[in-house]
Amino acid sequence: MSHFIDRRLNGRNKSAVNRQRFIKRYKTQLKRAVADAVNQRSITDIDSGEQVGIPSRDISEPIFHHSQGGTRDMVHPGNRDFMTGDQIQRPEGGGRGGSGQGKAGKGGLGEDEFLFELSREEFMDLLFDDLELPNLVRNQLLGSTEFKTIRAGYRTDGAPSNIDVVRSLKGSIARRTALGGPYRARIRALEEELAALLALGTAADDPRVLALQAEIDRQRTRIAALPFIDTFDLRYQGFVKRPEPTSKAVMVCIMDVSGSMDQARKNLAKRFFILLYLFLKRNYDRIEVVFIRHHTIAQEVDEQEFFYSRETGGTVVSSALDLTYDVLRERYDPGVWNIYAAQASDGDNWDSDSTVCRDLLVTKLLPLMRYFAYVEITPRQHQSLWYAYQEVAAAHRHFVMRQIDGADDIFPVFRDLFKRQVA
Amino acid sequence: MTSRIISDSSEWTFALLERFDRELGRLAHEVYGLDTYANQIEVIGSEQMIDAYSSVGLPINYHHWSFGKQFVSTEQTYRRGQMGLAYEIVINSDPCISYLMEENTLPMQALVIAHACYGHNSFFKGNYLFRTWTSADAIIDYLVFARKYIASCEERYGEAAVELLLDSCHALMNHGVDRYQRPAPLSMTEEQRRQDERADYIQSQVNDLWRTVPTHSADGTPPADTPWPPEPQENLLYFIEKNAPLLEPWQREIVRIVRKVSQYFYPQRQTQVMNEGWATFWHFTLINRLYEEGFVSDGFMLEFLQSHTGVIFQPPFDAPYYNGINPYALGFAMMRDIRRICESPTAEDRDWFPDIAGGDWLKVMDFAMRNFKDESFIAQFLSPHLMREFHLFAVRDDDREEAIAVTAIHEEQGYRGLRQALAEQYNLGSREPNIQVVNVDRRGDRSLTLRHFRHNRRPLAESATEVLKHVRRLWGFRVRMESVDEQGRVQLIAEL
Repeated sequence: MSHFIDRRLNGRNKSAVNRQRFIKRYKTQLKRAVADAVNQRSITDIDSGEQVGIPSRDISEPIFHHSQGGTRDMVHPGNRDFMTGDQIQRPEGGGRGGSGQGKAGKGGLGEDEFLFELSREEFMDLLFDDLELPNLVRNQLLGSTEFKTIRAGYRTDGAPSNIDVVRSLKGSIARRTALGGPYRARIRALEEELAALLALGTAADDPRVLALQAEIDRQRTRIAALPFIDTFDLRYQGFVKRPEPTSKAVMVCIMDVSGSMDQARKNLAKRFFILLYLFLKRNYDRIEVVFIRHHTIAQEVDEQEFFYSRETGGTVVSSALDLTYDVLRERYDPGVWNIYAAQASDGDNWDSDSTVCRDLLVTKLLPLMRYFAYVEITPRQHQSLWYAYQEVAAAHRHFVMRQIDGADDIFPVFRDLFKRQVA
Repeated sequence: MTSRIISDSSEWTFALLERFDRELGRLAHEVYGLDTYANQIEVIGSEQMIDAYSSVGLPINYHHWSFGKQFVSTEQTYRRGQMGLAYEIVINSDPCISYLMEENTLPMQALVIAHACYGHNSFFKGNYLFRTWTSADAIIDYLVFARKYIASCEERYGEAAVELLLDSCHALMNHGVDRYQRPAPLSMTEEQRRQDERADYIQSQVNDLWRTVPTHSADGTPPADTPWPPEPQENLLYFIEKNAPLLEPWQREIVRIVRKVSQYFYPQRQTQVMNEGWATFWHFTLINRLYEEGFVSDGFMLEFLQSHTGVIFQPPFDAPYYNGINPYALGFAMMRDIRRICESPTAEDRDWFPDIAGGDWLKVMDFAMRNFKDESFIAQFLSPHLMREFHLFAVRDDDREEAIAVTAIHEEQGYRGLRQALAEQYNLGSREPNIQVVNVDRRGDRSLTLRHFRHNRRPLAESATEVLKHVRRLWGFRVRMESVDEQGRVQLIAEL
């Protein structure tokens, strides 16, 4: 007799563990593939899963098998006009069917790569693996509104649903033991007295015996009359709200939108900002982003305007730094917020302004910042700003600068900026 | 007269499945006399089917990244529509577990029940290889034990260490099979009870083997260095499990587990054509009988036949999607052919098969199913009629020759050669390289020498060096690979 079982409701992800192990094992290859994928992606979908390829040879599981060569006899079906003794030219490339391990022609695709679908989480994990935020601090409590309810002992009042039964009954036993103590002591005394009387040969119906027995009974009744449970016994589980150290970060994006920054460069800058944003999001519970763009004057704008509006004009970088300082001072107390800034520019600046920028950074901004990253998007010669910033970088460890030539550079530069520092 | 048709819908329900199973079971047992294990039929979704695929069809298995890889690639090809999933997976266990996919239509489910639950099931129970080499009643328990054991090793010694070990064992999996001697039956409780005992015992044996204190014979001369092992050993994993000098007891146990799993699959690798042919023959016969008895409608039969012909389609060698001989096609054709030879033999059949021509087809087929494997089955039962039907031809690819030669075709002079060549093609012994342990340098550097006995001058693929690294990891000392050609000349091909 057959037995039917419906297994459809059973766990579907039986292979999840094996999948995780696979990822773990091929982390390096996957990471490389992920880095390539990031560079090819359009900006808007950077935060999603991805299909990545690993070269098949890297994941092969070798076994002993024969290779081409020697003598092989094979039988094939579908003969039309071969006769015994016919000679057939070898097919080119040896990709002849029937070799038993031929992978050729699976749907016409060359199967050189083992394709692997990563979920969004897996993708982000691999993307930011080995990176860390420099100087990450998450101990700010001021102005924190996050509370976590935690257990904190027992209380004598509370909601009925929080009654702790075991604890309450313990209290009940203790109370009954304590209150009944005198009665029990009295009973013991009376019983001894009674026993002494009976030992003397007093008759069981002697009035003194009866009186003693009546007294014992009365004491017993009083013990029994003690309430089994009293409001006095009730104990409630206590909870307190504890403020949680939430980590908050603000990321200031500063971009040069002067005439020399064309759309292609802005796109490069945007990718860099997005990477930074995603990365911060993984490390902090709450992130605010401030967009500051500048040409000769700086403005705080929203995202849309930041990336897509067109402006022309000269370049005064210090205007943006000034505005950044004002914004931070007004809204983001460095005692509460972790402040990160990323600046993207093509390096153009008024010559005389570069030293101003340097001084602004050193005296005002850097003391507030956890990290300040400057990327220069230019294939050309560096100009005065770069050299001014180099002085800053030499003196401050949390100021870093890199140059980006094209889309391929973004992720490597990003990794380079945030790679885990070996202590 | 009321219609006996079970259902005209293509939607299945458990009630309908049970109904079909009852009718199919009645036909299989009472009319055709198939002997089966009890069936346990499980309905699963497609993702679970992929899960089942990736653990090589076992309902439960230990964890290893390669199964994850398998899962991912199956899932990919399935999603891209390059591959349909098999309609069923059936496990050689007692009770015999079969998986039905929820997506299948009712006719498909009926086909699968007939195919797996009566076809494969009776094959598992009857065929001598399965009877000899696997313990259907204990495999599930053993796998549970293996999974627990490996998980506990991972806990104790770290995932990485276990993974490395499993990698190495998997590389040698095909060489972890006893070909000529029946392995001890499996039993979980037994395994667990004896495990510690065995670990201690093996360790003591190994220690003895590798005793380093020199023993001198009475006259003071060291004993002659007799080659060891005395006989070449072809079960590499077994040899390593018992003799590798540096393995910890738990590592030996894991080698043993991989070996046992490999052993379990050994018969399946040798009976593909027969097993599938037998199951296909029976689903075809049983469903047709259902139709004759009026249980299923014409529409049902059309859908059934469409799936059936899809399964047994054999593209010719020059088709772009030709990928060797389809075991379903060949197996099914041979099974039907045996029935034909019994029921309406021609003069040619009487000449070729005097023993069975005109016999009782049920008895002959039962005999064939029980006592053969692919190689011998083809050598015994492939008829000239079938060779003509398949337009079979044999070619010889010799790298010393300019061109490939056609050595036999489906004609009078060619039948025997053709049959011989096709049977040889299914001979695992010549399909897989013949590699044996020939020597261990017990007194010197403890090196292990493997020898590849070349057959038809066929060389080992380059991956051999990679595999050798795994052998070295297991053995712990120098490992050598030699190749012996048919003239007995030995050549060193790799040393690590």
